Amino acid sequence: MSVIYILLGVSVIVALVFFIAFIFAVKSGQYDDSYTPSVRMLFEDELIKEETTKKKTILTKKNN
Amino acid sequence: MSEISENKICYHCGNSCDDTEIIFDEKSFCCNGCKTVYEIFSESNLTAYYDLQKSPGAIPKINEGKFDFLKDAQILEKLLEFNDESIQIATLYIPHIHCSSCIWILENLHKLNPEITSSQVNFNKKTVRITYQSETTSLKDVVLLLSTIGYEPYISLDDYSDGKKHINRSMIYKLGIAGFAFGNVMFLSFPEYFEVNEFWLNQYKPVFRWLMFAFSLPVVFYAAQDYFISAFKGLRAKILNIDVPITIGILVLFIRSTIEITLDMGQGFFDSLTGLVFFLLLGKFFQQKTYSFLSFERDYKSYFPIAVTKIVSETEEIPIQIYDIKKGDRLLIRNEELIPVDGILINGHASIDYSFVTGESEAIEKNSGDKLFAGGKQTSGSIEMEALKEVKQSYLTQLWSHDIFNKNKEEAFVNLTNTISKRFTVSILSIAVLSTIFWLFYDSSKAMNVFTAVLIIACPCALALAAPFTFGNMLRIFGKHKFYLKNASVIEQLATINTIIFDKTGTITSNKKSTATYDGVPLTTAEERLLKNTLRGSNHPLSRTLYDILKANDIVTLDSFEEHIGQGVQASLRENNIKVGSANFVGKTELIKSLQTSVHISSNNDYKGKFTFYNSYRTGLSKLFNELKKHYDLAILSGDNEGELNNLKKILPTKTKLLFNQKPQDKLEYIKYHQTEGAKVLMLGDGLNDSGALAQSEVGIALSENINIFSPACDGIMDASVFRKLEQFLIASKTAIRIIKWSFILSLLYNIIGLYFAITGQLAPVIAAILMPLSSISIVVFTTIASNWAGRKLV
Repeated sequence: MSVIYILLGVSVIVALVFFIAFIFAVKSGQYDDSYTPSVRMLFEDELIKEETTKKKTILTKKNN
Repeated sequence: MSEISENKICYHCGNSCDDTEIIFDEKSFCCNGCKTVYEIFSESNLTAYYDLQKSPGAIPKINEGKFDFLKDAQILEKLLEFNDESIQIATLYIPHIHCSSCIWILENLHKLNPEITSSQVNFNKKTVRITYQSETTSLKDVVLLLSTIGYEPYISLDDYSDGKKHINRSMIYKLGIAGFAFGNVMFLSFPEYFEVNEFWLNQYKPVFRWLMFAFSLPVVFYAAQDYFISAFKGLRAKILNIDVPITIGILVLFIRSTIEITLDMGQGFFDSLTGLVFFLLLGKFFQQKTYSFLSFERDYKSYFPIAVTKIVSETEEIPIQIYDIKKGDRLLIRNEELIPVDGILINGHASIDYSFVTGESEAIEKNSGDKLFAGGKQTSGSIEMEALKEVKQSYLTQLWSHDIFNKNKEEAFVNLTNTISKRFTVSILSIAVLSTIFWLFYDSSKAMNVFTAVLIIACPCALALAAPFTFGNMLRIFGKHKFYLKNASVIEQLATINTIIFDKTGTITSNKKSTATYDGVPLTTAEERLLKNTLRGSNHPLSRTLYDILKANDIVTLDSFEEHIGQGVQASLRENNIKVGSANFVGKTELIKSLQTSVHISSNNDYKGKFTFYNSYRTGLSKLFNELKKHYDLAILSGDNEGELNNLKKILPTKTKLLFNQKPQDKLEYIKYHQTEGAKVLMLGDGLNDSGALAQSEVGIALSENINIFSPACDGIMDASVFRKLEQFLIASKTAIRIIKWSFILSLLYNIIGLYFAITGQLAPVIAAILMPLSSISIVVFTTIASNWAGRKLV
């Protein structure tokens, strides 16, 4: 039954890993701006499409 | 394209372009500026800007020389976030940021200027953080690029004065730690809830317990420290605030649990302890909702520029930092620039817009030798002025040296929770002592157990949560209705108001003077057509207003058109000639000093009459005042002359006090005087001249037609469109107080149940672990539902 030490150890370590990940996320400023990234992630495609077929995307977008 | 209306709308900025349509690339533009921006974007393949949002742009205002001060190394150093040999980083505030197109174009700046390595937008704060190669480009170039595409940054004295702003993230860390510990402790304490005397469980009990102890350490010593500090401060000031019983609860929980596990008496209350702190912090976090795009702390600094141009000699002009301006300095104020100090106009045509100061949007004409006051904005051409004072001694800025600006209103106010907490703490302590005394005689072994149990179970978690959740939710509901409050305690203060004081110009009147009456010889149809067409060509605000008021007429091409700045316009069509402008200009000799704003008209040198402009009052004003007068004392404090007195008397209830010619200091003193007589004042204002009054009143609310632009320091910002709902907001705040009182009763019921277990000495950890979260959650649910219900009445 001493295996419980390992199990507890593992569970605490896993929890700590996530906790540290959270701290780093906060530190890097991820929670400072909760809106812009949600818009930004939708842009990437637009840029590439826009370079190749410019006019078409414009028209399809407008109709939405 | 779905152009429903017949009105042509500018493809770039969305303004109507009926008058001066420019067709380019099959698109209509209202002016050359907008067209140029479109050209810049289409050359760089950035036209997707117009796909994300329809007409997202702004008319670019290019002002050569406005940003010359950015060359000054000392100023630059203050503005830059990072400065290296080759790389510089600056965060600029851009008020125009309003849609996804804005984010897109600003994050693609590198396509317009390859020296910009990256740019990142923070939409909520309306800032863009730009990294660029400082060897090949400068901040001035970047700012000018932004200005040319219609995203002119707003660089104010505020950016100069304080150092780099530090983002405080401690709240989220604390919440994270408390949540993390709470989850793990729950998990670890679970086996013991069932109290099976199982062999293996007993064997490993100490491991589980000490792990729980370890998890609770950061919760007590880091996450909960604010409560200890606040309780300590309260006790030192001899106030029993809500944090006192909370601190007692946390400390007793921790000490008793530690003793229990050390002496192997039980599993302790670590689960309740961490849960309590987690829920409390959650409430705090919820209440902390702030509107990052609004600033409630603005004074003249966030509005004044960093530098102006100083004329050193005939040929030399240098940018000078505002604080370095000395008496006697000659300054050059360009079009759209702000007058930073009181001074005398030396030359140039001054047309000063004091709307930020007084709320009055119509520009005031000044002649050389006239006194100019700080805070006005020059609106036509460049002027030269001589400084009479230093920045801090100016008429307007002096107001900020008043003590009232150093007072913290929130701290001075004793809120409902703390009022109740005083009685609560006293009664809990007496119950604890009395029951301990009883048990000392009855069964002394249980006395200590009962004493601590009472303090634990009575820890006012639910009580402390009621206010944050109700106010936090109300704050959000108000925000949805375009009424933005600085913090939750403002709602509580709003509920206590008994006097409401309004500023006149810009507050109960709308910014535009949109009604005018004609008085004089009636105009013929031909004259009227000529007048309308003459006004079309003029950009003066009064011309624009009059143009909008007059009936539509055919558009004709004038034979001649001349605009005399500061005087009026003159035009002719065939044999007819018309003059529109000041009395002198149209040739009216007898000059009666009128208090009202008017535009005079003469046709073929024959005086016809004048249009007199009136402030147009906000819709629903009369109705609102009549509703409000039933419960509140009303007053109007105006910095203007008595020109509108009779008009106001007609609209407003007779009981309303009307005071005119009030200086900023007078307004402040007026409120102060009434406060000594027991009035709880709600002040509604809009300009910098109301700042003192807004700070002095219990609740100061700034009314604004465009919440993004500017509002003085205040407790709340109200969008002008919801002005008529003022009374509903006041009622809703009173409802919020009632909701909190009901939840206090609810939480007391839980406490009574808990106290029964505690006094009888049968408080098991599992009961505490159930009762505490249950009471907290039910309070949260109750307040949320009740405040949403109250919010639904705000239609």
